[in-house]
This record gives sequence, structure tokens and C-alpha cells, in this order.
Amino acid sequence: MNWLTSFFVWMGEFFGNGANWSGPGGIPMRLLEHLEFSALALLLAVLLAVPLGLAIGHTGRGEVLIVVSANLARALPTLGLLVMFVLLLGTASIWPVIIPLVLLSVPPILVNTFEGIKGVDPELRDAAYGMGLRGGQVLGRVLVPVALPLILLGCRLSAIQVVATTTVAAYTGLGGLGRYVIDGFATKDYASVVGGSVLIVLFALVVQLLFALAQRVTVSPGVSQRVNVR
Amino acid sequence: MGDGPPSLWEWIGRNWDTGRAGSIKDLLIDHLTMSLVPILFALIVALPLGLACVRWRWLYQPASGLMNIVYALPSLPVFMLLISVTGLSQTTVIIPLAFYGVAVLLPAVVGGLDSVPDHVRQSAVAMGFSPLRRLLAVELPIAVPVVLAGLRVVAVSSISLVSVGALIGQGGLGGLFTRAYQNPFMPPVIVGIVLIVLLALIADGLLVLAQRVLTPWVRVRKGVAS
Repeated sequence: MNWLTSFFVWMGEFFGNGANWSGPGGIPMRLLEHLEFSALALLLAVLLAVPLGLAIGHTGRGEVLIVVSANLARALPTLGLLVMFVLLLGTASIWPVIIPLVLLSVPPILVNTFEGIKGVDPELRDAAYGMGLRGGQVLGRVLVPVALPLILLGCRLSAIQVVATTTVAAYTGLGGLGRYVIDGFATKDYASVVGGSVLIVLFALVVQLLFALAQRVTVSPGVSQRVNVR
Repeated sequence: MGDGPPSLWEWIGRNWDTGRAGSIKDLLIDHLTMSLVPILFALIVALPLGLACVRWRWLYQPASGLMNIVYALPSLPVFMLLISVTGLSQTTVIIPLAFYGVAVLLPAVVGGLDSVPDHVRQSAVAMGFSPLRRLLAVELPIAVPVVLAGLRVVAVSSISLVSVGALIGQGGLGGLFTRAYQNPFMPPVIVGIVLIVLLALIADGLLVLAQRVLTPWVRVRKGVAS
């Protein structure tokens, strides 16, 4: 149980150190940075992927794009992409790091939005048209609410990806909680490595929890089958 | 060599097999080991676990809940936390990847077994198949397409995720990325990305092929009716 004792010693060292709780390198700042970068990347990805997924799912045009992006995104190594963009564009701003973050988080949302819209019962769609709704109204009032669980699932998967990649991106100079891990590892400051890792894991779990809650709140009770529709 | 940096092909030729550690060939072999072991582990663990979840339904909810949590854990901090247990070794990268694999594969195994139509199962019972033989000869073969679809996701993402291990010095081809970053130079990055994507495509293709071989009836049926 040697490693367990050292784990707690490092935890105490990291979280017990008052200097770690203030200033630009302090836990609150790093946490905020991590949240900021992740949220920015996720927001941009949602803005790109949701409309595109809705359009492709609704019109049925451009499905090849979905298949290619789904497969490629899984195969592309995040670290390689980050290093490539930083070598190409330099580190003058955060964008060389944010761009790959966004690129990697688009596909899960895109694919799930598309699948969500595509999977809506055709009879439901026809009924909506039969009731006199126009294309855009059918999409907004019927297809999107029914597809919402899958769209949110896509966002959740993307969030998992973004939080993890933001951590890795600390290697290419981005701030956030990954700094503790990367810098600590480089300087053999294991209290920093362990403390930072625990913080990131907790951060990821909280994000998951928030998405699970968001799903409960935003998905129509009829769709989520929380009320029995028979 | 005072004549500027080498071109992409020159660099590959010079670094493919240097005989020292860290040649592209060595990294490729490391990469294959570190991605294949988790894939196999995932299959070996997820199959019986999935079977158990189908047999005892109450098990599925907590198991899949746990696996959702596992899947949400970012790889780098998990590697870092494991270092104090397993050291700076390939094992440190393999263990988390194996668990991510199980997390992805478990729903696929359960979904695959659920896709066995009830009348097929009942026919097998009526024909006097023992439970074990029914599982091996009827249920598992029908589950193959769904399970393999999950395995393809596991294979491709394991192959690409291994490279994050480079940040603890165990990333297979990912080592090319850290090397290129420390000594700013593009060719290693390109070679690393291309080789990893190629490996992923090959693994994916092999699994598609495996599915064709294992489930010949799927193609036949597609020709007749959906």
C-alpha cells in the first residue's frame, strides 16, 4: 500500500499548500481557465455541428460528410493535431490550440444530431406536415424535440472529449488544469501531478453530471418516456 | 549536415530503423502492442460481463452506469495517477485504454444479445439445444454484427488514444509528436498522424472483413429483403 500513502501525502501537499489557492497559477484561476477553454470549444462546436446536422438530417443531402467525419475524428490523434496546429500557426494566441479542440468535438455532435433527426418516425413527420406545418416548423417543433436526447448525447460525448483534450493541450502551452499535470511531470513535482489529475477527474465528472441533469430538464417528458405514453 | 532540414521522405528514410530505441519502426511496434492488448482485454471482459447483464438484468443498470463514469475520465490524468502504481511503463497506458474499451463494448454486447429475436431463441429451445449450445450456436452469432460494430469503435479509438501516452514517455507513435514539439519540426508530426490513421483504418477494415466472414447470411439476406 505504499502508493496509496504517497497518494495521500501528495494530495495533502498539493491541496494544503496555501500558495496553490491564489494568484494566476492558483487552483481557482486554473479551474476557471479550464472551464473557459472547454466551454468556448464546445460552444463553437455546437454552433457548427448542430445546424449542419439538422440540415443534413432534414434534407438527406451530404450524408457522406457524416460518415467520413465520424470515422476520421476517432482515428485522428489529438496530440498530433495539437502539435501540428501549433507548429503551423505559432503560439501567439490561443487559437492554434482552440481550432483542433473544436475540430475534434464537432463530429460527435454532428453524427448524433444527424442520427437523431434521421431516426424520427416518418409517420410523425408526415403527421406534422399533414397538420399544415411547413418544413422549418416541422424541424423546430417536432423533429428537434424528438431528436433532443440524441443531440444532447452528442454534446455530452463532445464535452468528455473537450475536457480531456483541453488537458492534453496544456502540453502545447494552453492554461487550465492540465498545467499542473504537465508542469508537475516535467519538474518531477508529483504533488502537483496527483493534485492536478484529481482536480481534472472531478471536473470531468461534474461536467457529466451537469449534462445528465440538463437532459432531464430539457427533454420533453413524452420523449424521455418519463410519463407513460401508450 | 549543413544543408538545411531534411525533406519528409529523407527524414523517414533516416529514422525508419536506426537500430536505436525510438526509431519509427520501434514506435510502430510499441504502438501496436499498446493498442492491441486493450482491444483484446475489452473483448475478453465485455463478453462475459455482457452475458451476465443479459442473464441478470438488474446488473446492467449499475454496470453501465459505472462504465459511463469510466468512459468520462480523461486519459492523461488517469495515466498520471496510475504512474505511482505501475510506473512509467506500457501497462500504465494499457490499463485505462482497456477499461475505456470495456465501457464502449459492454452496451454493444448487451445490445447484440438483445437483438436476438425471441422466436429464434424459442426455436432453439424447442430443437433441444442446451443453454450453452444455444448461446454458442445461435445467440452469439446473431449478436456478432452489433458486437463487432462496437469493437470497431474500440479499435479505432484505442489506436489513436495510445498517442496521449507520449506525455508520460509511453505513447508509441505519439512519441513522434512530443519529439516534433520539443525540437520544432513538421515531418515527424505528419508521419505520426498518417501512420496512426492508417493503423486505425487497417484495424477497422480487418474487423469489417471479420464480420463478413463470421456472418455470411447478412449479405445473402440483404439481397432478398431487408
